[in-house]
Amino acid sequence: MTLWWAVLGAGIGCYLLKIAGLSVPARILGNPLVARIADLIPVALLSALVTVQVLAAPEGRALVLDARVLALGVAVLLLLARAPFLVVVFGSAAAAALVRLL
Amino acid sequence: MVRDSLGVAVATGTYGLSFGAVGVASGLSLAQTCALSLVMFTGASQFALAGVLGSGGTALAGALTALLLGTRNALYGLRMAPLLGYRGWRRYAAAHVLIDESTAMGATRPTRELARTGFVTTGATIFVLWNLSTLLGALAGGRLGDPRDLGLDAAVGAAFLALLWPRLTTPALRATAALAAVVAAGAVTVTPAGVPVLVAAGVAVLVGALSR
Repeated sequence: MTLWWAVLGAGIGCYLLKIAGLSVPARILGNPLVARIADLIPVALLSALVTVQVLAAPEGRALVLDARVLALGVAVLLLLARAPFLVVVFGSAAAAALVRLL
Repeated sequence: MVRDSLGVAVATGTYGLSFGAVGVASGLSLAQTCALSLVMFTGASQFALAGVLGSGGTALAGALTALLLGTRNALYGLRMAPLLGYRGWRRYAAAHVLIDESTAMGATRPTRELARTGFVTTGATIFVLWNLSTLLGALAGGRLGDPRDLGLDAAVGAAFLALLWPRLTTPALRATAALAAVVAAGAVTVTPAGVPVLVAAGVAVLVGALSR
């Protein structure tokens, strides 16, 4: 049930952010400091999400090096080769699955 | 131009397959995974919610991360509002498909009519394909067995990296990404799951406030 609240609450919140952008006078959100921070937030969050996904131990509160790091390396190579999103994601998954199989 | 929009939409629609698979692997039900694509409809936020839950974070931490990532859509709205010039119900409808791709395909057009065509064609096509592909991905992901054996836990990191990659365009952005990664890694050892990502948002605020 808590999960449904999170799904719907965050979903509606994201819609409100969109409609706010289309409706609020430009001078409020157009503040240069706000604009600069808003530009940096996705980069900081995505970078943190990569780190946590790849390094955090499944049991929590520790860092661990396992098949996921190797899978991320494969993702980097695929991105450098300009592979499409789907190839990067599933190529990386296949690498992790293969390492765990061996 | 409509063909360009459709091309972008088809490419984005395929991300939906990965989101569907990742969503059910992270512990969301099929209905919850599909509800995210219908209601939230902004890829990075959806992946973030699933990612935080999948790595053991609370529902609240997941929702907050998704909302923080959604703030960029407000800025897209700011840029698109004068171009689109929508009023009344059209503005509420347009807001739902205000995402990275529709903004990119609408913002570069010279006239209001072309901006509307680019924005609406891209947004509406992606909405349909994104939801269909989410359902397909979730159905497939649910039938495949243990997500770890399939490497799906590693796929989430790859998905975030693929979303991050095209954004690393300036030294300031790359430095922010590096600092956020270090801060998040440090926070993993001292805070509950889900919190490290929120702590890293502080890096963005700090770098933004200190740089001019």
